Amino acid sequence: MKIKMTINNVLKEVEVSPSEFLLDVLRRLDYMSVKKGCDTGTCGVCTVLMDGKPVLSCSVLAASADGHKITTIEGLRDDPEFKAISQALLDEGADQCGFCSPGLILNVYAMKRDLKNPTEEEMKKYLVGNLCRCTGYMPQMRAIKKYFEVRS
Amino acid sequence: MIEIKDYFRPKTLEEAYEKLLSVEGAEIIGSGAFMRLSSRKINLAIDLQDVGLNYVKLENDEIKIGGATPLGYVERSEIIKNAFNGKLSEVFQLIWSVQLRNVATIGGTIFPRLGFSDLITALLALNTDIVLFNNGRMPLEVFLEERIRKDILVEIIIKNENRKFSFQNIRNSFYDFSILNAAVSVDKDNNYRIAIGARPAVAKLAINAMNYLKENNNIEEAAKIAAQEMDYGTNIKGSKEYREMIAPVLVKRGLEEVIK
Ligand SMILES: Cc1cc2nc3c(=O)[nH]c(=O)nc-3n(C[C@H](O)[C@H](O)[C@H](O)COP(=O)(O)OP(=O)(O)OC[C@H]3O[C@@H](n4cnc5c(N)ncnc54)[C@H](O)[C@@H]3O)c2cc1C
Ligand code: FES
Ligand code: FES
Repeated sequence: MKIKMTINNVLKEVEVSPSEFLLDVLRRLDYMSVKKGCDTGTCGVCTVLMDGKPVLSCSVLAASADGHKITTIEGLRDDPEFKAISQALLDEGADQCGFCSPGLILNVYAMKRDLKNPTEEEMKKYLVGNLCRCTGYMPQMRAIKKYFEVRS
Repeated sequence: MIEIKDYFRPKTLEEAYEKLLSVEGAEIIGSGAFMRLSSRKINLAIDLQDVGLNYVKLENDEIKIGGATPLGYVERSEIIKNAFNGKLSEVFQLIWSVQLRNVATIGGTIFPRLGFSDLITALLALNTDIVLFNNGRMPLEVFLEERIRKDILVEIIIKNENRKFSFQNIRNSFYDFSILNAAVSVDKDNNYRIAIGARPAVAKLAINAMNYLKENNNIEEAAKIAAQEMDYGTNIKGSKEYREMIAPVLVKRGLEEVIK
């Protein structure tokens, strides 16, 4: 079946099967920043923004994304907020292998819009679904707190 | 692996229900988040996103939530934030991750009567009705006992009364399923509601304990009665014995919180 999605501000018509999930379609279309980790809704590396809200692309049926706006990290390339978040992570050495970074950055990006002056506890609750296997969460939290302090 | 042959996005509930009945192997889908974890063949996936079931509204003394509303939208709604001292909104925040809640729907959470569900336990302790397209309106506790399979969850209705509410649960980490959960509420006339879930079976009301509290005010005893009238089981998250031991503790904590 054919569906239409606006991916990173470009309208695309895509042929998908009714069984396919959004993650696989995006990777098929070469949006390689969208990673596949657990494929069961647990790790958060497949996070993309759908109509501005962070979602797990592994858990959204591709057909149900028909007519929606999808944003991946590629689409934020020139966005100053994206640059500030990734710079903060780099500065704190919070990117050992970087596999979790795109999902984490997108969720921090969304958190910035959803929460005003969050406490560390509120940040942790918001980011609980973004797992990281190698850097660990201390440098990530340091980076995210710094990013929020500078930007608020 | 989940295999879906065909996908259909109806504009009206009538169309959706007609297809659900007429196509063998047809199923309603929320986002597919939970469905995809099972191994299933679905001939027709019926997606409700365009039928107008995405809302949270306050009508008279009732909070109405559309069956296709994602959990995250409910959690962020001012109506839910203001209801029951903000405690119901906190239950939503316990459910997995922000990203999952932005897609998983109310219908997909309640209709399958998931045993581990935190939301079902919470809603049972409030006065909640559910509205099905074909079977109509009924209390949540009645729906949980019925064996309705082919129907559409249209709406849930929570009585917006002045109830004090508490949700308690034990889990290995914040990002995990409840090993056991309990919800307690009381209105100004001392009518209690107590539910225990994730036992690991789907939540149930502790009727004996609720009756006991009509005449008595010993909460320690009430918690014991509530715990005893439930059955418990063992699964990967915890043993039957462990659940039996923590059940009265969770109910007591809940009662203490609402009595304060
Ligand atoms: C990884 C993961 C972790 C989770 N953790 C928790 C947790 O900690 N606590 C908790 O309480 N819950 C948890 N859940 C459950 C979650 O909250 C939702 O219940 C679940 O994801 C259903 O989402 P969905 O809307 O995508 O439903 P789907 O997966 O699309 O559908 C699930 C079932 O509901 C039926 N259905 C959907 N909508 C309707 C409707 N309107 N009418 C009739 N039938 C319908 C479908 O036919 C299907 O059988 C978790 C789920 C996942 C995937
Ligand atoms: S791949 Fe989607 S959550 Fe892990
Ligand atoms: S940096 Fe490797 S998984 Fe997080």
